[in-house]
Amino acid sequence: MIEFKEISKQYNHNTAVDDVSFKIPSHQFCVLIGPSGCGKTTTLRTVNKLVIPSGGKVLIDDRDIDDFPLTELRRKIGYVIQTIGLFPHMTVEKNISVVPRLLKWSREKIRRRVSEMLELVGLNPDQYSKKSASELSGGEAQRVGVARALAGDPPILLMDEPFGAVDPINREVLQESFMRIQRELKKTIVFVTHDMDEALKMADIVAVMQQGRLIQFDTPLNILSQPKNAFVKSFFGNDRVLKRLAMMNALDYIIDKESGSALRYTVEKEETFSLKDALTRLLEEQTETIRVKDVRSGKTGLITLEMIKQFAVDDDSG
Amino acid sequence: MMTVDKKRRLNLFFFSILLVLFLLVIFYQKGWGGILEKIFPGREQLIYPRATISQLVIEHMKIVGLSSLLSTVTALLIGIFVTRKMGRSFLPLANNLSAVGQTFPPVAVLALSVPFLGLGFEPAVFALFIYGILPILRNTINGLQDISDDIIMAADAMGMTPLQKLFRVEIPIASPLIIAGIRVSVIINVGTATVGATIGAGGLGSPITAGLISNNPAYLLQGAIPAALLAFVLDLFFNLFER
Repeated sequence: MIEFKEISKQYNHNTAVDDVSFKIPSHQFCVLIGPSGCGKTTTLRTVNKLVIPSGGKVLIDDRDIDDFPLTELRRKIGYVIQTIGLFPHMTVEKNISVVPRLLKWSREKIRRRVSEMLELVGLNPDQYSKKSASELSGGEAQRVGVARALAGDPPILLMDEPFGAVDPINREVLQESFMRIQRELKKTIVFVTHDMDEALKMADIVAVMQQGRLIQFDTPLNILSQPKNAFVKSFFGNDRVLKRLAMMNALDYIIDKESGSALRYTVEKEETFSLKDALTRLLEEQTETIRVKDVRSGKTGLITLEMIKQFAVDDDSG
Repeated sequence: MMTVDKKRRLNLFFFSILLVLFLLVIFYQKGWGGILEKIFPGREQLIYPRATISQLVIEHMKIVGLSSLLSTVTALLIGIFVTRKMGRSFLPLANNLSAVGQTFPPVAVLALSVPFLGLGFEPAVFALFIYGILPILRNTINGLQDISDDIIMAADAMGMTPLQKLFRVEIPIASPLIIAGIRVSVIINVGTATVGATIGAGGLGSPITAGLISNNPAYLLQGAIPAALLAFVLDLFFNLFER
């Protein structure tokens, strides 16, 4: 668990972070989001003490991070940045083994770990481990950056706009593969971005910041349905309703009711079918009900336009 | 990849040729006699009498080697110190000194050291050592400062101690520039060391000075040619280490 306790940071007379407090439970993926200059990166960096707060404390598992020796603290916290910062004089293998070597792992263990990490981020170890860092494409370099951050098996991972410099197509691929990695490893992650789609897609919990202050700290769904103020509302855009529907799995909402609905949809094994998808189908077919069947469980049920309307109405009551 | 490999092989080729030539010039004393006789027919004193060329070269390399070694160690220590947190306030001073120092002709440094240190081997080494610091210091500072902030931050965030960061990240990344600085320093020293003979340091400057005084171009060549070849050989030698 990472706890920010009344964190503030002043640079000269400018306040970058203003009395921010929140707790991230272990194994959760927390996204810090806000417009540039809102203090999200500064807040992130207080965790591995790249920034020393002017006031307040950061606690990890209820222990003040000042109680840990600095290098020991940092070796337990993976750090990924937008510019990656791979060491240009080292091969991919050497880059990934930096922290394991600092932790004095055996040579054999390090070698195995490097292969394992490369496999994890989807790069073939035989092909990539001997490459020099300068030979990699942007997407490959970022994968190696993630592998390097995870190599010491840190329980915490800090990520500062890690996919910000990658083109949209590759970004989506990286997001998908990173979410797969997280499902497997269950790290406690603090992730900074200004891309709300990225935030909604990846986060278990979102911290919205503005001008150094924490505005709202909640699940993506709640932030969309109950934005705390006009800023949050406008920040997540006019299509909040659709975004929210996109996050709701239709199979969780189907009702067991008979009807003569002509429109049917079968959800295949690896597929997710959201309420937004259902709505799209309904609009396309100009009809009011759709019968959804789940291949995995064999469960079937109805989604009606009326139901979807109600989910959308919830939206403004908050 | 191909071109880098080709360039390397080409460098190695030139280096070997020059090395052979250089060794010939040093050790084939008989050849010198024959050739000089043809160039300067009728002249009686052809071969510099006080030392063989190989002795002169060894003397010369002692002066250059010792002064360059001292310069390198000193420049690295200063360069590392002024780029650390505790030495940061000396950085402008070091930058200015190394910039101003470069405008000084090396001969002037040599001349200036005589009033303080007198004549002989030591003052020559000292003057060359002082002058040789400058290019290495400048490149060390530039090399260490040019490393981008995100790389330094990555090293910090991974939990490296300052020393680990210095030896595993900063120096390796700056090393091509540092080596280039050492190369410039050594090459300049090879040339400047010949002037050292005027203050009695010995080396390849001795036949040159003697030749100038007694108006004997044959002596002069016996200092100038090996010195020039030595500079070339060293230059190509450093080339082999640069990427």
